[in-house]
Amino acid sequence: MTDFLGLSAEECTQLLRQMMVSRRFEEKAAEAYQTGKIGGFCHLYTGQEAVAVGSITPLREDDYIVTHYRDHAQAIVRGITPGAVMAELYGRVDGCSGGMGGSMHMFDKSLRFMGGHGIVGSHLPLAIGVGYSIRYREGDQAVLVVFGDSVVNIGAFHESMNMAARWRLPVIFLLENNKYGMGTEVSRVTSVRDLTKRGLAHDRLTTVSVDGMDVLAVRQVMDEALDRARTDKTPSFIEARCFRYMGHSMADPAHGTYRTKEEVESWRADDPILQFRARLVEAGRLTDEQYEDLDREAIAEAEASADFADASPVPDAGAIYRHIYSGPYPDSMTRRDGWREVV
Amino acid sequence: MPVITYREALNQALREEMQRDDSVFLIGEEVGEYNGAYKVSQGLLHEFGEWRVRDAPIAELSFGGLGVGAAMAGLRPIVEFMTWNFALLAIDEVVNGAAKMYSMSGGQFNVPVVFRGPGGTALQLGAQHSQSPEPWYSYVPGLKVVSPATARDAKGLLKSAIRDDDPVVFIESEIMYNLVKDDVPDGEYLTPIGRADVKRAGSDVTVITYAKMLHQVLAAAERLEADDGISAEVVDLRTVRPIDVNAVVASVRKTNRAVVAEEGWPACNIGAQVVDDIQREAFDYLDAPVARVSGLDAPMPYARNLEKLVVPDADQVIAAVRHVCGRRGQS
Amino acid sequence: MATKVVMAQLSPTMEEGKLLDWKVSEGDRVEQGDVVAEIETDKANMDVESLGAGVLRKIVVEVGQSAPVGTLIGIIADDDEDIEDLLALADEVRASLESGSAAPSAASSAPAAARTGAGAQVANGAPDPGAPSAAVPSVVPGMAGIGRPTPAAPVRADGERVKASPVARRLAAEAGIDVATIAGTGPGGRVVRADIEDVLESVGRGRRARPGADVPPRVGFEARVEEASTMRKVIARRLTESVGPVPHFFLRREIDMEELFDFRARLNSRPGAAKIGVNALLLKAAAEALARHPTVNSSWDEAGAVRYHGSADIGIAVSIDGGLLTPVLRGADSLGIDQVAAQSADLISRARVKKLTPEEYLGATLTVSNLGMFGIDEFSAIINPPEGAILAIGRTAQIPVAHQGGIHVRRRMKITMSCDHRVIDGAEGARFLATLAAILENPGDFIS
Repeated sequence: MTDFLGLSAEECTQLLRQMMVSRRFEEKAAEAYQTGKIGGFCHLYTGQEAVAVGSITPLREDDYIVTHYRDHAQAIVRGITPGAVMAELYGRVDGCSGGMGGSMHMFDKSLRFMGGHGIVGSHLPLAIGVGYSIRYREGDQAVLVVFGDSVVNIGAFHESMNMAARWRLPVIFLLENNKYGMGTEVSRVTSVRDLTKRGLAHDRLTTVSVDGMDVLAVRQVMDEALDRARTDKTPSFIEARCFRYMGHSMADPAHGTYRTKEEVESWRADDPILQFRARLVEAGRLTDEQYEDLDREAIAEAEASADFADASPVPDAGAIYRHIYSGPYPDSMTRRDGWREVV
Repeated sequence: MPVITYREALNQALREEMQRDDSVFLIGEEVGEYNGAYKVSQGLLHEFGEWRVRDAPIAELSFGGLGVGAAMAGLRPIVEFMTWNFALLAIDEVVNGAAKMYSMSGGQFNVPVVFRGPGGTALQLGAQHSQSPEPWYSYVPGLKVVSPATARDAKGLLKSAIRDDDPVVFIESEIMYNLVKDDVPDGEYLTPIGRADVKRAGSDVTVITYAKMLHQVLAAAERLEADDGISAEVVDLRTVRPIDVNAVVASVRKTNRAVVAEEGWPACNIGAQVVDDIQREAFDYLDAPVARVSGLDAPMPYARNLEKLVVPDADQVIAAVRHVCGRRGQS
Repeated sequence: MATKVVMAQLSPTMEEGKLLDWKVSEGDRVEQGDVVAEIETDKANMDVESLGAGVLRKIVVEVGQSAPVGTLIGIIADDDEDIEDLLALADEVRASLESGSAAPSAASSAPAAARTGAGAQVANGAPDPGAPSAAVPSVVPGMAGIGRPTPAAPVRADGERVKASPVARRLAAEAGIDVATIAGTGPGGRVVRADIEDVLESVGRGRRARPGADVPPRVGFEARVEEASTMRKVIARRLTESVGPVPHFFLRREIDMEELFDFRARLNSRPGAAKIGVNALLLKAAAEALARHPTVNSSWDEAGAVRYHGSADIGIAVSIDGGLLTPVLRGADSLGIDQVAAQSADLISRARVKKLTPEEYLGATLTVSNLGMFGIDEFSAIINPPEGAILAIGRTAQIPVAHQGGIHVRRRMKITMSCDHRVIDGAEGARFLATLAAILENPGDFIS
């Protein structure tokens, strides 16, 4: 891949920049979590940036993304502003879900970003539903559905892959194999070492494994999968081998209980941002000064996102009932709310 | 007006809505080539083709979720569960997915999906195939839960459910598909979701019910009039979420007595909620505590004699009405 | 058991209250619920009701004194009860009020009383050092009856709870019926709606008011002479000085007569019954309204008292040659409409020929004067002393009015009430007139 997949220097810099913005954003989120600005569960993407950037940047505007709860970076790479993602983490009205979703539920209908979803595996059926709608309307879009390694043991994974392959739905199943389902190493609970074998059970499903720390490698397999989806309407199953540097969520440590410090450090040595930077510098496509500038910009963007979130108002109480039904929430049911005068 | 079966009414509703709106499609087990496990989708595959009438593998969780995803992408899916007993495998997609998507996306993704199929007690199907699922769904904000008792309401409500912009849980009945027949108007009509219907006017007691139990209640009301001189008003909820509290309360304020009758288990059921609504909004109009008729609190036994004891019928409704009417009711 | 009367907190901002009046003297017997004192808070004057029975043994805070919230202001206990500890506390309170230091609070001193094992708690027979305040209920001013929209479960004389359904309790309360006196026919002897309706029917009263006709229940008359309050005396003097012997004010209201005419038609379609005129219905309605606002049924006594009358004696202004006579329909509140019609017709016909005895034309408590037959739209009548008010009835005219979302021609009548401001204030007169309007607009519910 010395030809950088035909990408220009400018395009490569953009890939690097997106990874760096994602990284700095998550660092800012961690800080905001520690100061109490962000509540609840908060799953950081740090270390996996090459997967999001490599898989989402080749999508067309009219393609769809359905993803899991580790969704901040994917939202930003898709084009939701860091400010709108941070405001969502802060629970503010300018959040991309109006403060109603939180860390696990980023949505943007205009970008066809169809949600982070919090129940492991539950969003794969949603993705085949989107894929079904594409075939139903005879379109040539694709659906990218992203999930973690735990999902290969879930019924919905097999059910959805089965229907996608049987009915030729343009769905790209992207497995972010960061080796751990929360605190459980995937091989401890899985009957097969090579997770791609889970995809071999279906005709018409192309299965491939890729180095998820290499943004260009991810991008290349995505390009191929998108081509299959658009032309043959067949689904793909991509395993991206990667690693998260942080704990499963802000509530657990990066290492010590279920993985060693050495393991974390060995993956860090292969850092997706640093290795891509090195490759670009080596090819004369990037200078150290340019890299430092990019980093300053990324930090500034993360800081600005926090300022934006801070300045955004909290939702009014009326938001509680506003979007439960498309029509008005029935008055006879609010009357059951007891003694609280909420809205 | 033609008299047709509950099954034919549902079939007409599906056909009319699929003809009217090409974003409407049906997915479920046996809905296509087999023409429906209970023949509700008779003839639809032939008329609309396989993308609009899709035979699904036995995988409720994922074809249920497929409906939610397709609705998010702008289609109007109808997900048929062969029975609601099997839909428990898909309840995550209904509760965590369909019901919450609009709210947790801050109003961006509404989910116009209908989940439908038969529920309630049947005949000697045993513990896993004979139960009332509506309380499980009626608890959930974001869902609407409909359970019609007549062919006329079944057609009008299914058409409304398909056009609704929110997820609707639509519970039919194996027993009613063929046995319930009534007048159904020719052509287009819609029955509003969320509105009860007074199926029989009366002055002494209000009996609130829905679904198949309506027919037991109507039979009981006739016998009460003839044997006891008690005039029972029968309110068919038709929609159990949201409950038409105003209609219930208006009737109870008139009659001062109420009985709630349903087939399901007694704890946390629809009647429990109705009783709460009555005591909050009509306390000063009550002449007696509200009585509830429900199934016995037991998994459905197979043995015919035991099943008969578990499922409530008109006799229990009559006993409950006599109880709340006290001596005045008996002449 | 001793009952402490305390200065209770009645508003979030109240820190102290001023004792305006003791309604009982030391040594007087007090029943539970009796008003024992009046307190001026930062918001209003509030009555203090006793939560216990006994004798007012000690007035701690005198009239005119102010005391912080929580201060003991009086002690109610049985005649022979040992209240030594409470008296000691009273001395402390008095001393601190006089010296201006913080008064000991009634609540904080209670444990001390309990620790000694003496005093009020012992008299109760159940000393509990852990919960001494439980034995000494405090008195909460003015709170009785607040926040109780639903009639409480009634109790029979023998103390047993009466089983009555909620709707029966509500209807009974509205009609002023004690459900404990009714035999229930519901399950287990529960008093149900039909039982109340049977009683109402048997005493010739209509069914309950329809929603919207918000008419208070009849509360009964109590013949008595009450010393007028200082304020009332001052108002009486000042208004008289400024306006004349009787300080009038006037209230006007337009009343829809459609229902009344329909009602009259129904009455007059009864076979064999004498015909009922609109005038008889007006007299009866006035009496029914008085029965719901007995304070309007009153007179000013120049000796400085307000005289409340024991029945609704309605004067009928009858124009006669050379003047006016007002024969009195006595006890109109307890007459049926047929009696009202017959007796008023007799009185009016005899008045016209001056064949009335003085007893028959003196002593009305409220007069009705009708000039509608002369085409008068509305007028203001002069009160016939010592009555408290007079009703001036104008003609009934067909006029277009907004009704049920459209413009309809309906029969409407204007009524003007002249009130003696010495005994009737504006709001009370207005409430009376609202009740009168509701009765005339829903006659079937109130007149029979």
